[in-house]
This record gives sequence, structure tokens and C-alpha cells, in this order.
Amino acid sequence: MYPVVEVKGLVNRFGTQVVHDGLDMTVERDEVFGIVGGSGTGKSVLLRTILGLQRPQAGEIRIDGQDITHMDERQLREVKSHYGVSFQSGALYSGLTVRENVQLPMLEYLRLSPQALDDLAMLKIRLVGLNPGAAGKYPSELSGGMVKRAALARALALDPRLLFLDEPTSGLDPVSAAAFDDLVLYLQRELKLTIVMITHDLDSIFRTCNRVGVIVDKRMVSDTLAKIVDYPNPWIQEYFHGERARARLGELQHGT
Amino acid sequence: MGVEVRRNADALELALSGEWGAREFSDLDGALHAVEIAGARRVSIDARGVGTLDLTGAWALHQFVARAREAGAEVSFAGAAPDQLRLLDETLKEADRGVEALPPPAPAGATHGPVVRLLVRVGRRSVAVAGRFLEGLAFVGRSTVTAFLATLRPKHLRPISIARHVYDTGITALPIVALIAFLISVIIAYMSATQLRGLGADIYVVDLVTIGVLRELGVLLTSIIVAGRSGSAFAAELGSMKLNQEVDALVATGVDPFEVLVVPRLVALTIALPLLTVVADLVGLAGGAFLCHFLLDMPFNQYVGRVNDAIASTTFWVGVIKAPVFALLIGFAGCYRGMQVRSSARELGRLVTVAVVQAIFLVILADAVFAVLFMKLDI
Repeated sequence: MYPVVEVKGLVNRFGTQVVHDGLDMTVERDEVFGIVGGSGTGKSVLLRTILGLQRPQAGEIRIDGQDITHMDERQLREVKSHYGVSFQSGALYSGLTVRENVQLPMLEYLRLSPQALDDLAMLKIRLVGLNPGAAGKYPSELSGGMVKRAALARALALDPRLLFLDEPTSGLDPVSAAAFDDLVLYLQRELKLTIVMITHDLDSIFRTCNRVGVIVDKRMVSDTLAKIVDYPNPWIQEYFHGERARARLGELQHGT
Repeated sequence: MGVEVRRNADALELALSGEWGAREFSDLDGALHAVEIAGARRVSIDARGVGTLDLTGAWALHQFVARAREAGAEVSFAGAAPDQLRLLDETLKEADRGVEALPPPAPAGATHGPVVRLLVRVGRRSVAVAGRFLEGLAFVGRSTVTAFLATLRPKHLRPISIARHVYDTGITALPIVALIAFLISVIIAYMSATQLRGLGADIYVVDLVTIGVLRELGVLLTSIIVAGRSGSAFAAELGSMKLNQEVDALVATGVDPFEVLVVPRLVALTIALPLLTVVADLVGLAGGAFLCHFLLDMPFNQYVGRVNDAIASTTFWVGVIKAPVFALLIGFAGCYRGMQVRSSARELGRLVTVAVVQAIFLVILADAVFAVLFMKLDI
């Protein structure tokens, strides 16, 4: 069985600035894969490339075995309906209510009666732990945590098996962030999702990720969490063994 | 595929197969709704033949099971019930527990008669209109005070910002303003030439073009172009800064957004629009000369001489003096609407539209007021 997401030899360049130079990445089915890297190492560019928002200079990107780098818009649209994306700041459509936000992908891709549309949207809203009363609210009326959950509900609108999360816990307080991590894990388990997430949040990584890919020197090294912390790269050492990481690392070693 | 039904006295057997996903939902839901439950005492469902059952597919099944139970049938599954149904039950149950009591609906005022209700509506609307008027007035007042205070302390006048806006609203508008002034004066000259030639009064074409362009058209056309270009730009810039919380960030830093955002735009436009008007006047006159030369065979020096005869000492200034007033109207409309944006992209679009429409309306209204004023003053 082929991997869910497979990136091979990816090159991204803006003018003379090389962001990725031969980056490889593989995400297996039913795992939570964390993408980590310092600011400016091209995590967001990587995500945008995988999502087909921009085309790379070289390399191939396979989603469910299909190379998306040479697809036309129509084929790409079909692939896009098979994954959900939650953007960093939510990217909820500000002119639509939460319910309408969740319904938008359904209206685009599915044939549903108005009743079914409402029922299914409410189901997704409840699934992510939002109060049904939030369904009629506009994004500007939501708290940060609710925005993240609403964005997740929209990402789940078409019941995708693959989910991309861009910094899902950034901007949340530790309690909300932990609750969100639990929600992600719960959904991953119950819906058998494959999740690719960009994150800075060490707590989040240790809590949710099976494997981690770190972008260093324009490439990616990826391994299980327990192994990657011992990689000799200075940035990885600083990241996983710095002041902030020590407490977490202790837990990991006690746990395994 | 989908749903296969076998009826056995009072027992109903459903064999499910194929893909049960979001894409198949409407077919599946239709098939399930077509199943006649009435009269069945027992319903047994065999979901073992289903390929993938996602949450949307499970919802269709869940609705059917609920319908069957409501009809008094006993529902059982061959093998185990699909996991997804348990997840659905869990989700719905959890959410029901978490429901906060919604606020009670506002008390209905249906006890009043129609006259009172009409009065209430008129009153509410009046108060709202008055409130909006006061809000606009407050905006103008605050901008004026800020501008006044800034002129006392030149550091607060933000010369760099003003220069940038003079460039954006004035210099970059030059080509389009010049082109339109040229074309419009050519059109007027042409129209009047065809009419006046029949009377042998060709020479008055120059008077018409000169007075028309200098007094009215130069400044009015320029203002309308600038309202469309810069009024919308002001509203859109400030509006998206509001959406992006940039304005909040300024306030939190202790910087007055009126001082750094509104006043420089107003000042810059007040500088740029009169200058643009002068350019439009010149190009307009040139357009007249161009047409007179080629259509009426009038030498350029005769045209210039006639222009000198046609205008009074005030003609040029009557036009240009209006420009700063129009500039302020456009600037206020754009900035005010921009600062009103609160929450959504749709609101931004609406307020930018309002800003442009209002700016153009105010400019034309003010022009009418000026026309009456100048007539009374006999200028």
C-alpha cells in the first residue's frame, strides 16, 4: 500500500532564494505526522505546495498515490475534495456563519437536501465540541479556540481521510491547546484519519504526533519522536533539549 | 448496490453494500427513505457488506434507525453495529449535555395598536438616523481637531506619510485625469462646433470650452475620478487595517489612528486635488485648441487670444477654489467608511461601495451649492 502523502526531491525557489532543495517526506496511513522547523525554514511553503496552492520547481508530490504536480485544475479539484485543511488563523469566511462555513464544501461537492445539509453541518459542529448555539454566529463573534474548532469542523465537512492542520494550537492557552490536542487525537482514532500538522507547540508534538519531520538545511529528516530527539543536528538538539523541552522529554523517557 | 430490502411477514431485513460515503449520501438517503417501515416489528440490518462507511454515510443510517425505532420497530444488527453509529450517538449525547440555555426571546410588543407601532418604527428609525449623523459629525470633528493640533506641532503632521499619499492620489492619477479632461473637452468642442457653425458663430466654441472646463468640468471630472480611485482606496486600506486589527494595534501602542491614518490622507488629498484640477484645466484647454485647429482651422494664437477674452479674472479660480472642498468631502467619505468596518470581508465591500457613491454624491451636491453661491455673489 502506498503512503498517503509522499514528497520526493521537492525544490522550491523564489528568485535566488532556495527554500527547499531535494526535500523528501512520507506520511503513512493512520499516523499523526508533525512538521517542525525554525521560522523561515519553509514549513508553510511546504504545506502550500502539498495543497497545490503553488507549484514546485522540481520534485513530485503524491497524495494517495497520485502525482499532483502535473495535474490540471479539474483533476486537482477532485484530489482536494479528499482532504481537509485547517489554516493557521482559521481562515473562516468572515461573511458567513459557522454553519454556512461548514456547509460551503458540502454545497460544492455533494448533492444534499436543505434538511440533510443542516443536519450534517450541525453534526460536524457538534463533533468538534462546539456548542450548537455557535452555529449561527459569525467568525468575528467567536473566541480563538472556537475559531480553531470551527475551522476543523469545516475541514471535516466532506469526511476526508486526510487532514492538514497548520499550527492548530497556536494562540491558544495551554488548557485549550491540550483540549484541542485531545480532540484531534479523538477524531484521529474514531474517524481513522491521517493527520499532517505543522506545529511549534512542543506539548502538542509530544501529545499527538507519532512521527516528526524536521526541516533543516532545506531538507527534511523524519523519524519517530523517540529517535528524532537524539539526532545530532544542532537545531534539533536545541529544539528538543532546550529549556522548554526538558520537562517534556523526561515524560517521554519515563513513558517508554 | 446500496440497500437491499427483504420483507418477511413483520420482519424487515436490510442488506447494505457498496460505498457509504459523503458522495453517495443523497442516493443512500433516498434509498433508505423509500424503505417502508410501517408494519414492521423487527428490523435487522446487515452492514457487513459495506466498503467504507464514513460519518455522513453513518448519519443516513442513524436517521433510518431513529425512524424505525420511532415507528415502534425493534432494530438489530447482524454482527456488531458499525463503530461509526456509536461515535454519532456519543457526539449527539455529549453535545446535548453541553447545550447552554439560549437567551429568552425578546418580549414581543404585539400588544400595541397599528398607530403606536408605526410611531415606534418612525421613532426608532429617526433615532438611528440621528445617531448615524452624529457619528459622522464626530468623525469630522475629531479629524479636524487632530489636524489642527498636528499643525501646531509639525512633528505630528507626518510629512512622509502625506508625501506618499500625494503621490498615490495625485501623481499616479495624472495620466487618467489628463486623458479624460482632453477627451471631454474635445467632445464638448465638437458638439458645440457642429451646432454653432450653422449660426456662423464658430468663435464661441472657444468661449464654451474655456468657461465650461475652467468653471465646472475640470474640477468636477477630476473629483469624480479621484473619488473612484482614492475614495475607494482610502476606505479599502483603512477597512482592511481594521479587519486585521492594525488599527487596534496603533491605539494600543498609544498612537492616534486619526493622526497617522486619517489626517495625512485628508491633507494629501487637499493638496493633490487642486493640483490635478489645474492639470485637467490645462489639458482641457489644449483639447479645445486641438479640435478648433483641426476642425475649424483656427490658428493657435487666435485660440489663445479668444481664451483671454472669454475668461474673467475669476473664471479659473472659481473652478480651482472648489477643489479643496471636494477633496475634503472625498477624503472624509473614504476614511469614515473605512473606519466603520468591523468584522467581515463583505462589510468591507459594502462600505467601500458606500464610500465611493457618497463621495460622488457629496461632490455633485457641493458643486450645486457652489453654483448657487457664485450666482448670488455674481462671480
